[in-house]
Amino acid sequence: MNDLMSVVDWSRAQFALTAMYHWLFVPLTLGLSVIVAVMETIYYRTRSERWLAITKFWMTLFGVNFAIGVATGIILEFEFGSNWSNYSWFVGDIFGAPLAIEGLLAFFMESTFIAVMFFGWKKVSPRFHLAATWLTGIGASLSALWILVANGWMQYPVGMEFDPAQMRNVMDDFWAVAFSPVAIHKFFHAVFSGWALAGVFVIGVSCWFLLKKRNEAMAIRSIKVGGTIGLAGMLLTLWTGDSSALDVARVQPMKLAAMEGLYEGKCGQEIVAFGILNPEKKPDNDADPYLFDISLPKGLSFLATHDFNAFVPGINDLINGIELTPEGDTIRHESYAERIEIGRRAHEALRRFDAASAKGDTAAMALAAADLKADYRFFGYGYLDNPSQAVPPVALTFYSFHTMVILGGYLMLFFAVVLWAVWRRRSWLSNKIILWAGMLTIPIVYVCSQAGWVTAEVGRQPWIIQDIMPVQAAISDIPVSTVMLTFWLFAAMFTAFLAAEVGIMLRQIAKGSKSDYESLKD
Amino acid sequence: MKEESPSRPQNFFRRVADLYVDGFRNMTVGRTLWVLIILKVALLLLVFKLIFFPDLLQRDYDSDQDRAQAVRSSLTHEK
Repeated sequence: MNDLMSVVDWSRAQFALTAMYHWLFVPLTLGLSVIVAVMETIYYRTRSERWLAITKFWMTLFGVNFAIGVATGIILEFEFGSNWSNYSWFVGDIFGAPLAIEGLLAFFMESTFIAVMFFGWKKVSPRFHLAATWLTGIGASLSALWILVANGWMQYPVGMEFDPAQMRNVMDDFWAVAFSPVAIHKFFHAVFSGWALAGVFVIGVSCWFLLKKRNEAMAIRSIKVGGTIGLAGMLLTLWTGDSSALDVARVQPMKLAAMEGLYEGKCGQEIVAFGILNPEKKPDNDADPYLFDISLPKGLSFLATHDFNAFVPGINDLINGIELTPEGDTIRHESYAERIEIGRRAHEALRRFDAASAKGDTAAMALAAADLKADYRFFGYGYLDNPSQAVPPVALTFYSFHTMVILGGYLMLFFAVVLWAVWRRRSWLSNKIILWAGMLTIPIVYVCSQAGWVTAEVGRQPWIIQDIMPVQAAISDIPVSTVMLTFWLFAAMFTAFLAAEVGIMLRQIAKGSKSDYESLKD
Repeated sequence: MKEESPSRPQNFFRRVADLYVDGFRNMTVGRTLWVLIILKVALLLLVFKLIFFPDLLQRDYDSDQDRAQAVRSSLTHEK
């Protein structure tokens, strides 16, 4: 068991490492493609050489980021087949179809139009070039859509039926999978957060230009475009984050409880704006969940349901299957202990199906399949020894969620101040503190973006497929030493490539700051 | 800025080929990037995929039926 958990933990760490590394590149690609397209649109309308120079400068940085980030996602697919082979088989085409569509889109749309973007300035008409630039951005976003459809299905499995003969979940409603509200809200949340991240990147680099007093007019124009798209992205991220919170409350209430460190829920539940968790608190003791907290009255009820007085279940309420109505009446759901029993019944039905199949007893197979279908919704609970194993790591989920929210609030303020400065108080952009804040916000926005994913993925533990399959059932029978070795090899390789990217990026930024922008016609 | 008129090779495929050939030939920063990309893809596909990340079910079983049976045994194994 210890060895199994060790393989699970190392495989999870490896997947987290590769996914987080991949997510360093993706949001900048998503956002910068839109910013570059807007800049080129301004050039197309004005035919200003200066706007052309601005467009080409940011397009080069987009190219560096895209090139270094390319293929980093492939590693995740390797890991599915090797480390997570049970999962990989069990999900069948539900996971495979969106990834295949993503692969085709990425190959045909992005590779075609990116070639026109970079090689086509003098080969195609300005109108066609502009279309190619926009289509590169749209293609990148559509690629993200299919990845998030796959991820959304893991968080909220819909549109499928389990076939015990194939041992696979078979997709019976493509549109339910593709247009799952969880997937769609996650998609827009991720894409718009990419706009915000790229907006900060453009502002930060432009602040360096201003600090060095190089190509200041170029920096000011870049801040106007980057800041406007960044603020729009931030506002839309907030809006889609609200939709995602409603989804989480509905389909993953345990994740919501962990995000807030909430053990005992109530009607009109407050939200913790800032808090420090009590490390001694466990589901089965009476310790206070927080050492310190600043809370907003009824905030969590509103976030979860848009009703200030609604009941929000805590971790213990969910374990015990208890919900309260606003009138104080108790509604009973399956407790986690009952879910474990139901899950074990489903496993037993699958074993009976297997035995009947070996004997060719079709009547017994049909009976076992019907029993399995009735209990399948809690299939994954059958792997748990006790209800507390269905509780995600509360501290990591809580702190990552609050890091995301606090930094998101800072970013909103940051965009507002920068845009006010660039449009109304240009003198502020001579202030070194503001310029340094602009540059230092680049790592902050990355921390915010990564914290969002940590919340989403750690908060859904132990499930690789919500309620259906926990991570320990999904893992392959492989030696832990192999996973440890590849973890460190990946870590070394990723660090080297990241250093190379940052080096190339910094050289291009320095080169752009010394270009003869001022001599160009406007 | 005066735009250079787009060149008009004789057919579509020739134009596409010209786009890529000229583009690669005239790259500046792109050369370093391509070296890095080729190095990375080679490492991923030739080293990691082949040595460390085989598709286990594809490698160890001959048919989908056998693969399904292997997963069924693994998932219904009683503790």
